[in-house]
Amino acid sequence: MPLEAHIKEHPAYFHRFDAAWTPSVVILDPKGVERYRIEGYLPTDEFRAQLEMGLARVAFMSKDWATAEDRYTAVLNRFPNSKAAPEALYWKGVSHYKATNDHTVLGELPDQFQEKYPDSIWAIKTEAWRH
Amino acid sequence: MFTEEETMLVQWLTDADAALAEAKTSKQPVLIDFSAAPA
Repeated sequence: MPLEAHIKEHPAYFHRFDAAWTPSVVILDPKGVERYRIEGYLPTDEFRAQLEMGLARVAFMSKDWATAEDRYTAVLNRFPNSKAAPEALYWKGVSHYKATNDHTVLGELPDQFQEKYPDSIWAIKTEAWRH
Repeated sequence: MFTEEETMLVQWLTDADAALAEAKTSKQPVLIDFSAAPA
């Protein structure tokens, strides 16, 4: 559901949704709860990756683990070199774990991060799962 | 890159209450684009 909020035409929306800067994109779940926010300009592919991350987050927070995993996988497949990719790999693994309770997927993540995104903060977060 | 067809498919709403109500009914998320760009 795309909603346009221009500062001159809809200034009240900025207060209502706590938009403090432009451009900003806010993604709400179907109940109207904010799930993701993008602030500032991005190149097209980085922006598209962020949009996909937002939709993945909506699915994740609604406990739709399969859809969340699919969306995080889509980020990795379509935008593997984006800044969002390491975070997508992390949450893809978590989504899979949530769906299956199979903790081995988490144990495999540290090596995947060392191979693909070793300098990411998300790599550090997976080290606790190293077997 | 988005094709021209893809970009033209977006029908932007301007009524937040209507957008939220429609999102709830259709179980779809809402994307709000906050802009200050000149029209």
